[in-house]
Amino acid sequence: MNAVRHALGRIAAAAFLALAAAFFALPMLWLASAPFDASPSITVSVPEFTLANFRAILDNPYALGSIGNSVIQAGGAAAIVVVLASLAAYALSRVRVPGRDALLYVLLLLSSVVTGTAAMVPIFELATRLGLVDTHLGVVLVVSGGLLPAAIFILKDFMDATPTSYEESARVFGASPLQILRHIVVPVVRPGLATIAVWAVASVWGGFLMQYILLRDPAKSPSAVILYTLYTEGGQPNLDLISTFSLLYSLPVVAMYLFVSGRYGFRLHGGLKQ
Amino acid sequence: MTISLRGLTKVFPGGVRALDSLDLEIGEGEFFALLGPSGCGKTTLLRSIAGLETPTSGAVAIGGADVTALPPGRRDVAMVFQDYALFPHMDVTANIAYPLRIKKVPRARREAAAAEVAGRLSLAELLGRRPGQLSGGQQQRVALARAIACRPKVFLFDEPLSNLDARLRLEARTFLKRLQDELGVTTVFVTHDQGEALALAHRIAVMDAGRITQVGAPSEIFHRPATPFVASFIGSTPMNLLPGRVVVGASGPALHVAGAVLPAPPGLPDGEEVVYGIRPEYTDLSAAPREDAFPGTVAVLENLGTSTLVTLESAREGGDGLVQVVVPEGQEPPVGGAAWAVPRPERALVYRGDRLVGPRGGPA
Amino acid sequence: MTGPAAGTDAAGLGRARAVGFVLPALVLIGVFLVFPALWTIYLGITDYRLTGLAAADPRVVGAENYTTALGDDRFRTSLWLSVQYVLGSAVIGQAGLGFAIAWMLRGRRGPVRRLVEGLVLLSWILPSSVVAFLWIALLDRDGGTLNALLGTPGAAWLLDHPMLSIIVFNTWRGTAFSMMLYAAALESVPPSHLETARLAGASTLQQLRDVVLPRIKGHILTNMLLISLWTFNDFTPFLITAGGPEGRSEILPFYVYTTALRGGQLGFGAAVSFLILLINLVFALAYLRLLRNRNRDHDHDHDRDRDRDHEDAALPGPGPAAVPGPAAVPGPPPAPGSGRAPASREAAG
Repeated sequence: MNAVRHALGRIAAAAFLALAAAFFALPMLWLASAPFDASPSITVSVPEFTLANFRAILDNPYALGSIGNSVIQAGGAAAIVVVLASLAAYALSRVRVPGRDALLYVLLLLSSVVTGTAAMVPIFELATRLGLVDTHLGVVLVVSGGLLPAAIFILKDFMDATPTSYEESARVFGASPLQILRHIVVPVVRPGLATIAVWAVASVWGGFLMQYILLRDPAKSPSAVILYTLYTEGGQPNLDLISTFSLLYSLPVVAMYLFVSGRYGFRLHGGLKQ
Repeated sequence: MTISLRGLTKVFPGGVRALDSLDLEIGEGEFFALLGPSGCGKTTLLRSIAGLETPTSGAVAIGGADVTALPPGRRDVAMVFQDYALFPHMDVTANIAYPLRIKKVPRARREAAAAEVAGRLSLAELLGRRPGQLSGGQQQRVALARAIACRPKVFLFDEPLSNLDARLRLEARTFLKRLQDELGVTTVFVTHDQGEALALAHRIAVMDAGRITQVGAPSEIFHRPATPFVASFIGSTPMNLLPGRVVVGASGPALHVAGAVLPAPPGLPDGEEVVYGIRPEYTDLSAAPREDAFPGTVAVLENLGTSTLVTLESAREGGDGLVQVVVPEGQEPPVGGAAWAVPRPERALVYRGDRLVGPRGGPA
Repeated sequence: MTGPAAGTDAAGLGRARAVGFVLPALVLIGVFLVFPALWTIYLGITDYRLTGLAAADPRVVGAENYTTALGDDRFRTSLWLSVQYVLGSAVIGQAGLGFAIAWMLRGRRGPVRRLVEGLVLLSWILPSSVVAFLWIALLDRDGGTLNALLGTPGAAWLLDHPMLSIIVFNTWRGTAFSMMLYAAALESVPPSHLETARLAGASTLQQLRDVVLPRIKGHILTNMLLISLWTFNDFTPFLITAGGPEGRSEILPFYVYTTALRGGQLGFGAAVSFLILLINLVFALAYLRLLRNRNRDHDHDHDRDRDRDHEDAALPGPGPAAVPGPAAVPGPPPAPGSGRAPASREAAG
């Protein structure tokens, strides 16, 4: 009796997992087949294999450039976020600045409350008045400002987990604060810095709203915005272009995810915080 | 190099007084232990010598020069941390050579120096490894090598053996003692393990609540602990500390302690309350009643290998419970039987309040 | 011993240099995060417009924008749709499906686990423009894969059931976060507790109710708060329905976008934004309060339960790591769409 129930349970679990896998895989099948299909339709089908669609991408005036724009914006924001957040996190972790706890509390609060959705009106206004509309710098600064609080938090956690004896030891040997930062702290918290960099790049790479609001000129727009314009421009969407471009544009983040998960394990615990 | 501390006081934000106007002189080439329970201020004292803590008041001098205002890097000391603080991203060579890198010694020369020190500490095979690939004992030696490589005037060790497991600890202890002997550099170390302090140090300072309770050579600390606190802290089996009272009779003063009548040191008034201390190792067991012995019932036997620790439960109403005796192997009494613990009078310590009052001129 | 000594400037940085280190980040946050939030409050009481007379010389109109909004049917509908969206896709969809998958995968290793987790995570990390188009293709009326699969040619899912469509979409999009959080939480349940319950003859459901749920209560609450907050601010489905047809999927973020930036009523849009800020604030305060309580419990538990302490330390919500969202996610938590770190303002994903 018990054995039967046990077997039924296992079958039910397997069926559930199969259904879940199908649910998550279904929308993505098209991305795997259409880019290689000579005449892609919106339905998933076994492709008539070709790489010609990738050549078509080269002819589009904005497609390749937009990937370059994504690289500039994501790279710029990641650089700013990593440098500023690590400096701030280090100081906050190691020196008792007056009001530190209150500051951290407010930062944590702000980072959750002030979302792009809630602040799009004033951000658009601010960017307009500062002349930052239609510039890479505008996107980079706005996006960095939003990513920084959480980045400081994550990095402070990493710094807090690093024994102070490393720095004290170097200090007794006569190292200056900057030498300590360069020789000891940065290498030791490198996994944390990598996490923040990857997280920032992925956020900006996939981000849409701010880029959509702040950029009018398609020559400056990142892939997220260009892709959207490709399929919302009236008439028939250009399926071979869209599918191929989607794939190209997705690959870097997927590759980055695979790299990081292979290296550190993509799990909510155990991973980096050792 | 000598180290001298004058009126050293450290009050942490929040009011914790870790060091309380403390004076201490450490001699040239001495191997010096700071011993005490956790929270007594010993680590703060060590860190103040290193310059990692700024004293609230008082002065630190090394080799006669006041270094109170100097940052740690300019005091010419080397410190080995409890967790060794080996940089995880550098291999053994780079770790040992790090102090020389700070001193801008060219790479080839500092790596040669690192290899030389590593050779002396039998680390030559491990030069290319990262700290994570080393055993605890090897890590400890790398940390020592790194301290030696910068040829400091003073070594500071924070609990140098506490991260090793029991067996390794004994080996490392011998190694450390020999190394300090060879180098002859003034060395201060912190420990909470009295056995470690007794075994390693030339002199020991026993600390409690931010003050030094007693400074002396290991045998002095062991045989004549200045206070009941030191007495209870030193020794692998805790000392028997029993309340007693002075009774001046016809034949002169005597101590009445837990059912025994014992000789009293001279000069104590009648009725004075004292604490009578005697180590279990200096107590013998008698099967027959004696007046100069603590009567009791054998409650527990603990085998210590070559000897046995016997715990007697005091038979007398109002007695303070337990008396412990160490007996040689093969002479264990039966559990549950009556027995008498006879203290050796020349080893007994009598405390009045917090002060040692007798015996005068006993063995030191 | 190191207690009072630790944390007092191990590198000898000095207070002045420390302030110098913190300042640049604070300036950037101040200009592009704090200032806009405050400005929202001011703009919300003006009749500021993108073009026209009120663009050059905005007038303070007091609470007029708020009374207009609260009296506007379109706003109220939009708010109601947002509530549906959050309840349907986050609280029921993501949390429910995420827990179910984590529960079914517990104790499993090997290819099945990797495949299911990989697919769930992939739907989370793909850029939002891409997934939006994937769903448009999936739900397409004429050539959509779903119609081909169900044998319902011509069913116009996005036109006939726009809310249902974006709710299912966001469930698909954001389940990964809940799944990972619950998987970590489930691993923190000591096997000995489950075994004790099994030895006492408890069924799977009883084990869930009596052993697992009490143990992961904190994680559940954390997860609910975070995914609700993110989903409430999610802009991604705009790329699928743009709020249509006829505003039937116009959740609050779209409403702000269309009235303020498309319709040019910046002052009015700011007022609605401020309402969104207030709602976010309620969620965030609840979340922080939860974190604090958990941290306090932790201090008490510390000696008694060191193992669990360590386990929890890396969790995003509870535990000493007072970090929001995927903060402690070691990998690249691009957390697009709803499953994004709260800080990222391109919540459109």
